[in-house]
Amino acid sequence: MRKNNLFIYSLILVLGIAAPFLFPAFKLQISFMWILVVLALTWDVQGGQMGYNSFGNILFFGIGMYMCAGVQIGLFFPLHEWTASGGEKTFIHTPSQYFQGLFVGLILAGVVPAIVAALIGYGILGLRGQYFAICTLGLGIAAGEIASGIELIGAGQGMTAPPWPKGIGGTELRSQFFYYLCFVLMVVTFIFLKWAYQTRFGLVLNAIRDNEDKAEAMGIHTMRYKIIGWVVSAFFLGIAGGLMGNMIGYIEPVEIAFAGATYGVFMVLMAILGGKGTLWGPVIGAIAFHIFKEGFWIFFLGWQYVALGALIVFIVVFFPEGIMGSLREKFPERFGEVVDEADRKAQVELK
Amino acid sequence: MDGILLGTLFALIAYGMALQWGVMKIINIAQGELVILGGYIAYFMYTAGIHPALGVIVSPIIMFFVGLFLYKTVINKVVNRDLFFSILATFGISILAQQLMNIVFGADVVVAQSNFGTTMLFDNSVTLPNAKIFSALVSIIFIIILLIYMKKSKLGHAIRATAQNARAAKILGVDTEKVYSAIFGINAALCGVAGALIAITFTLHPYIGLPYTVRSFMIVIVAGLGNLPGVALSGMGLGVFEEFADYILGTEFRIAAVFLLLVLILVYRRFKLSRKREYLA
Repeated sequence: MRKNNLFIYSLILVLGIAAPFLFPAFKLQISFMWILVVLALTWDVQGGQMGYNSFGNILFFGIGMYMCAGVQIGLFFPLHEWTASGGEKTFIHTPSQYFQGLFVGLILAGVVPAIVAALIGYGILGLRGQYFAICTLGLGIAAGEIASGIELIGAGQGMTAPPWPKGIGGTELRSQFFYYLCFVLMVVTFIFLKWAYQTRFGLVLNAIRDNEDKAEAMGIHTMRYKIIGWVVSAFFLGIAGGLMGNMIGYIEPVEIAFAGATYGVFMVLMAILGGKGTLWGPVIGAIAFHIFKEGFWIFFLGWQYVALGALIVFIVVFFPEGIMGSLREKFPERFGEVVDEADRKAQVELK
Repeated sequence: MDGILLGTLFALIAYGMALQWGVMKIINIAQGELVILGGYIAYFMYTAGIHPALGVIVSPIIMFFVGLFLYKTVINKVVNRDLFFSILATFGISILAQQLMNIVFGADVVVAQSNFGTTMLFDNSVTLPNAKIFSALVSIIFIIILLIYMKKSKLGHAIRATAQNARAAKILGVDTEKVYSAIFGINAALCGVAGALIAITFTLHPYIGLPYTVRSFMIVIVAGLGNLPGVALSGMGLGVFEEFADYILGTEFRIAAVFLLLVLILVYRRFKLSRKREYLA
């Protein structure tokens, strides 16, 4: 079993590293896919492990995106002149400026959303069930509306991320560079969460999901753990947002940064499709979802969102347990669960 | 004044929301889209040369069947599940409806001209478009009709029984399935009325449904489930708040103000309840 796992991990690692050479045409698509995996994984910290269905995690994604681009520009040039010029490249980064900016920007893109999460967490994580879901939904949309009213970051027009510096290879190198950044981010997120779920932290999250009152009665400071969980999500989401903004190159408040109706729901769907509450579920779900979605984009151009809405309804109605969930029901032994047949039968009869 | 008239309209939409939430235990994110769809029906009558005010009668009839169809295809599969699934499923419906409307009706902002004129009050210091007065009146009439219907009719009794205890109602011979589909139909019809009124007084656009959903959600939270006078009052309160926010913060922050108010109300209630170690659920 152990050896088997090692084999799978190394296979994925090798595939991930080799992918840009195997499928050079899909490099950008695969980078997006890794970003989506990060989104699904971080959503699952709330939705799956903690039982708090958040629709507002997109907030941190958007903040990270604006933060990263803002820092990249603001470190070297006046930000308001950049946005006022509306994408006309009046300022050009030198390569060293570009990479310095990106480095600082990505770190801040992770830290700032994490701080925001910690600050608003105490108020919002006290809500439960549907109130939490709707509250976070409102938060995400309000953030988009507010961002489109702020002049400094380009208001409703949006702003451009700094372009790839001239003189060190063309777009080919650029997409390669961002591909590996995305891949590394995905791997780090995965390993971190895998480790975190094995510690007391993971157990506490599951305890909160199963029965928060009891967990609290057992002497766990549930609020502290809930906030930590949110901060972790926000940190990785923010970095993913920063990368995404740079890859797209153009940041628009409602459609790209705080895209509650697309990425905000995608992360929920991907986690549910794969099976929420499992480590591998979001990964598989995100990959399957992305392939499916891109297929739609190609064949149903113009109707893609109609198909998407239908897909959401379909997944929710027919696959509430997700891919991993249904696998788990079929082969419980594979998941390290001890199944007591007699107990199981008794439960079926009870139902 | 504008705010109060607007508020009655919100209250109408919120009442449908309260019905679903209280009885079926689902939250319908597609509420706003149903409203907009109802509005487009009135708009169509307008382009066909019929006075759009008649949409108030036609559009609920059509929307009732749309609601029934939605219930039969999707909602009856999520109604007994966790609330979260209904939120997600209706979110899917909402995206679907938005895009279909976008394709069918186009992304332009449209308005149905009613030629109602305006009324001047207090020596012209207050101007009121007649269309808004008309919409407020119609909303109030419909709310009263529903109130009486819920109190007197057999279906009304069944609905209230189901709201109290669905299982007991089922044992006592209430066809809960029928009750649910009726509620969904009635809700869609209410949305149809509201949509037709919005088509007359405001503008229509495929993507503006979600703010209406959130407004009605907010009204229901503030008022409490099944508290109809509360729904009407908090609807008006929200209407007034919005006019003020529009005036003070500027139009570009109007929607943001609505959503932030929602967050603030929820957080405020959470702190108030947590003093007693209770929580919103």
